[in-house]
Amino acid sequence: MVDQSAVGRTFTPVTASVEPGRLRYFFETIGERNPVYRDPQAARAAGYSAIPIPPTYLFCLEMMDAENPFEFLTALDIDLARVLHGEQGFVYHVPAVVGDTLTFRARVTEVTDKKNGSMTLIGVVTEVTRQDGVHIADLKRTVVVRNRKAV
Amino acid sequence: MMAETTNRAVGDRVVHKTFPPITRHTLALYCGASGDHNPMHVDIDFARKAGFPDVFAHGMLVMAYLGQALTDAVSPRNIRAFSTRFAAITQLGARLTCEGHVSELIERDGEPCMKIALVAKDDAGEAKLLGEAIVAR
Repeated sequence: MVDQSAVGRTFTPVTASVEPGRLRYFFETIGERNPVYRDPQAARAAGYSAIPIPPTYLFCLEMMDAENPFEFLTALDIDLARVLHGEQGFVYHVPAVVGDTLTFRARVTEVTDKKNGSMTLIGVVTEVTRQDGVHIADLKRTVVVRNRKAV
Repeated sequence: MMAETTNRAVGDRVVHKTFPPITRHTLALYCGASGDHNPMHVDIDFARKAGFPDVFAHGMLVMAYLGQALTDAVSPRNIRAFSTRFAAITQLGARLTCEGHVSELIERDGEPCMKIALVAKDDAGEAKLLGEAIVAR
């Protein structure tokens, strides 16, 4: 079971590019029709230098370009089949657009036992910086581990 | 056109959008589009072995729909923060409705903002995601 010793653990930084083709595939998948996401001119008219990414896409970029997208689970010896996504948050400082290259640095910030140890909540915060070093966003995810048995 | 986000009052419903039923095909596409290759969402054998009757939607797919409903209503540039709690598993076939109401008018780092309380629910009215956005006004 994951315990407090995991707090502060960091993982291999992930660098990902916002590529137009795979971003378009994401928009097709979710049926996104908003011109700001589909038409570079509409994006520029809205004040962006290029097509922006939608609100949840930073989470995807981090997974897409990770050598091992489930590194933090394997590093903490957590079985993927016992994990549920509990919460997800984003704080945006600067918009990310097509052409940006972003680096994601994740660290464990909290480990909390729930329901007499039958569940463990793990909080992971990821800081996102752009190629020019600007800190553009922070992600916070909470994963729920369903432990084998209650204690 | 983006909806104007000024002059909002607490209680106003600013976000409302419904989405087509979630199919296995949607989940397969989302698996590739999002980089989330967790087999739980596309491989029924894996899901059953983990104790679930079938595959179920990625929480982040539902959050992407909620985000879409939000950016239909407010300019994406004005979104300062967006968070959700995954309250219940979203099953295949679910037809989601995403709604948001202004819950509070606040100042954040000296900037006038509004908090929008968000929910994604299925046809039966069960809340799948409960969330909040902070949007400049």
